[in-house]
Amino acid sequence: MGFRPRRSPASGVEQVTTEQTGAERLRSRRALMIVREPAVAITIMVIASALAVFVVYPLYMVLRTSLTTDGGLSLAIFRSLLSRSYNRRPLANSLKLGLVVSAMGTAAGFIFAYSTTRVDVPLRGFFRLVATFPMISPPLIMSLATILLFGNNGLITRQILRGAVDFGIYGFRGLALVETLAYFPTAYLVLSGVLQAMDPSIEDAALDLGASWWQMFRTVTLPLAIPGFASALLLIFIESLADFGNPIILAGNYTVLATQAYLRITGLYDLSGGAALAVILLIPSLIAFFLQKYWVGRRSYITVTGKPSAARTRRDEPWLRWCAFTLCLILTGMILLLYGTVFIGSFVTLWGANYELTLANYNHVFRVGWNHIRDTIFLSTVSTPITGILGMVIAFLVVRKQFPGRRALEVASMLTFAIPGTVVGIGYILAFNQPPLVLTGTAAIIIILFIFRNMPTGIQSGIAALQQIDPSIEEASYDLGADSATTFRKITLPLIAPAFFSGLVYSFVKCVTAISAIVFVVSARWKLITVAVMGSVENSDLAQAAAFCVVIIAIILAAIGIINLLVYPPWRARSTARAATVGTSGTPGAIPPGVAGGQ
Amino acid sequence: MNHYSVELQSVSKVFEHAGARWERVVAVDGVSIQLRKGELLTLLGPSGCGKTTTLRMIGGFEIPTRGEVLLEGKVITNLPPNRRDTAIVFQSYALFPHMTVFENVAYGLRMRKMSANEIAERVGRALTLVGLDGMERRPPGALSGGQQQRVALARALVVEPKVLLLDEPLSNLDAKLRAQMRIEIRKIQQSLGITSVYVTHDQEEAMSLSDWVAVMNSGRIEQIGTPTQVYARPATRFVADFMGRKTSFLPGAAVGTDGDEVMVSIFDDVLPFRAVPDILPGQSVELVVRPENVDVVAPGHGGFPGRVVHAAYLGSQITYEIAVCGFTVTAEVPNPEEREIFTRGSHVGVVLRTRSIHLLPQ
Repeated sequence: MGFRPRRSPASGVEQVTTEQTGAERLRSRRALMIVREPAVAITIMVIASALAVFVVYPLYMVLRTSLTTDGGLSLAIFRSLLSRSYNRRPLANSLKLGLVVSAMGTAAGFIFAYSTTRVDVPLRGFFRLVATFPMISPPLIMSLATILLFGNNGLITRQILRGAVDFGIYGFRGLALVETLAYFPTAYLVLSGVLQAMDPSIEDAALDLGASWWQMFRTVTLPLAIPGFASALLLIFIESLADFGNPIILAGNYTVLATQAYLRITGLYDLSGGAALAVILLIPSLIAFFLQKYWVGRRSYITVTGKPSAARTRRDEPWLRWCAFTLCLILTGMILLLYGTVFIGSFVTLWGANYELTLANYNHVFRVGWNHIRDTIFLSTVSTPITGILGMVIAFLVVRKQFPGRRALEVASMLTFAIPGTVVGIGYILAFNQPPLVLTGTAAIIIILFIFRNMPTGIQSGIAALQQIDPSIEEASYDLGADSATTFRKITLPLIAPAFFSGLVYSFVKCVTAISAIVFVVSARWKLITVAVMGSVENSDLAQAAAFCVVIIAIILAAIGIINLLVYPPWRARSTARAATVGTSGTPGAIPPGVAGGQ
Repeated sequence: MNHYSVELQSVSKVFEHAGARWERVVAVDGVSIQLRKGELLTLLGPSGCGKTTTLRMIGGFEIPTRGEVLLEGKVITNLPPNRRDTAIVFQSYALFPHMTVFENVAYGLRMRKMSANEIAERVGRALTLVGLDGMERRPPGALSGGQQQRVALARALVVEPKVLLLDEPLSNLDAKLRAQMRIEIRKIQQSLGITSVYVTHDQEEAMSLSDWVAVMNSGRIEQIGTPTQVYARPATRFVADFMGRKTSFLPGAAVGTDGDEVMVSIFDDVLPFRAVPDILPGQSVELVVRPENVDVVAPGHGGFPGRVVHAAYLGSQITYEIAVCGFTVTAEVPNPEEREIFTRGSHVGVVLRTRSIHLLPQ
């Protein structure tokens, strides 16, 4: 991130044309610009080195470990791994699961998005609320509920059907169901954003020109939503590949990469084998990520028609309304069934045998699991504000400042979203178990992992929000005598408060629900709730696991409330707070409202 | 004290985009400006001519690739915006939407660490000046476009900058308000005696406001002069074409001089025009014919014979497009009610008011 020094005359070529002097002069001028803002330059350098150490270096370690045998560079580990069909299967399984889940999740997400944004269905708000449940709860809660209902000793398998049907949930079918429900909200968010941005008058124009509803839907709505579909498919594919919590308890013999890499390291102590599996997992994830970001992301049809139509027309054909309503009802019904099961399960004495209600599980959770709860809250509370502010600072630098390496900084800071947690976890134990930087067993490694893993969402919404804000608002602040830091604090941050809020909430939720990367760096000294849930499930203490899950959700809801109070203090003058989102020329009226409630 | 208030010494700005293709865009090319205290200069030109970039270099938002920017004799080329004594009124106003009107105007004073009493007093004065008393506690979103404009102006004026920069400040207002605000801006500017640089693409605005108008084209200043000079005595064909509503160009040849007159042959006639220094007998010239330089008469009453191609009645005037010897001349005839109105296809006589027609050497 250094400044390019002026080429010294000694090293330069003697004949210098005017063109060259111009370019040279330009470069030196630009360097001066950064020198004039030392605070900005130092911030950039600090962030860049942090990204290098905590994002790039661990990744490099994974690659190096998987490519080194006996001190030399070779593909031997991959060759021996892939020579056995037992090892090839996880790759095929992961890909198959990813494809199926992304297809089903996108379909479910689209139905939900279309119904709630474009159709006049009853209970829209309720459906939207339920769609956010999977986003604010640990993914493995779905698996837990599925086991409680359909497992060998499950309520439906045993008590209702008396063992007549074997659902075979341990394996592909169970995973596909659970991951679809856990990840369809991603598609819902992406697609409802796309559908909301679509001007309804375009659809009206199609109808006006003689198209039937179905023709209009097929020739106008769907084609305009295609970039959204592609994004949703790829994002869910990435999430499914990276999923660790569900497969670890529900996969059975259906081995997937994320858990196999973990088991190879913790079970067989085969670090290089685990690293190699991690690399194999990394490749499809990265391909999907770059496709999404740089190919699909640029192909969005932003339907701008000059005049913003205030009234968003919703279709109200009866058949459409009731179809949409029924589909939404089925989907939310399934989600509520699963969450309800976990909630009730947390009060049951012994699931499958004794359904008497009791508080013993909570008693256990708060007695034995108290350390887990305390550590989780502490570590999340420390890392969340750092994550949030750092995310906004990076978004600010990337959007508003010109400096060499800006693109690299952006990519590195977003990279952790694309890298499956298992890969990051393996990278961290490889990188920070040995000098020069020994962090294993400390709180620091967990906090750092949280920060760099949870930042991308904040950065993304920060960038989106900043791009909506007229840069001359910030220029006005410089012009009136404020420096970059003051401008960021007094102008930028208040204006992107919704993005800041969503970054904070997302970060906290991910801290509390994270499992994939974190299982590698937890220690006897620092414990986390999700790890406790995993342990309880492994010991078949399903009721305790359920109680832990309920506690996690309670913590998250409380945290969202507190963050809301901190970001939007009720004692602030209401008129000005409102003004920030009321749009007139020059004001950022277009801050996407979805960003706040999104996560 | 013989410094210029604002001075640009052959300033250039090259943007380099290292995107998919390596692009070099010369936005501003060797622009020099000298402005005395209290003067208002307008940078006028079509979009993309470099006028906003020039303004932003004075404000410190762009660093010139070449050349220097001076403020009251001091080189400020490399000074960041927050450390130079300039204030901008942005095209979008750029009001802070999360602050009240008062807080918006006070922002610059707070950055200068003034006492609360002085801030209150100065903000009050600035708001009175722009006619916004009593609006202190409103959020900018609750104001009309014209009021937001005034807040932006007050916010820039309150810090008492050495130079006030206005970047198309009126482009977001409707036509009536625009005309009213430009008079107000000029009055305030003159009463405070504040040196100002004003960017616009609206020539009427430029002419009505300015001491000096600089007409820009592709990064260069084509002509800098008083409003009268750039309109009546354009230096280049670009300026002649850009100024005025619809200028017609007719070919001619200078045939001789007669005192302060030059004789020009046009079509099949020879007419006397006001002399232009560079034009010598024998030289080809171009006549810059403004619509108001043309009179339309009934055929047989003199002038070149022509035929009306198009006629538009505008109430206060009537606009004709007339084909004359293979050229199209636009004419505006005032008080149509008192004259004969010609319809499309009519044969007419076209009379040139040669005293006010400018000549450009070919």
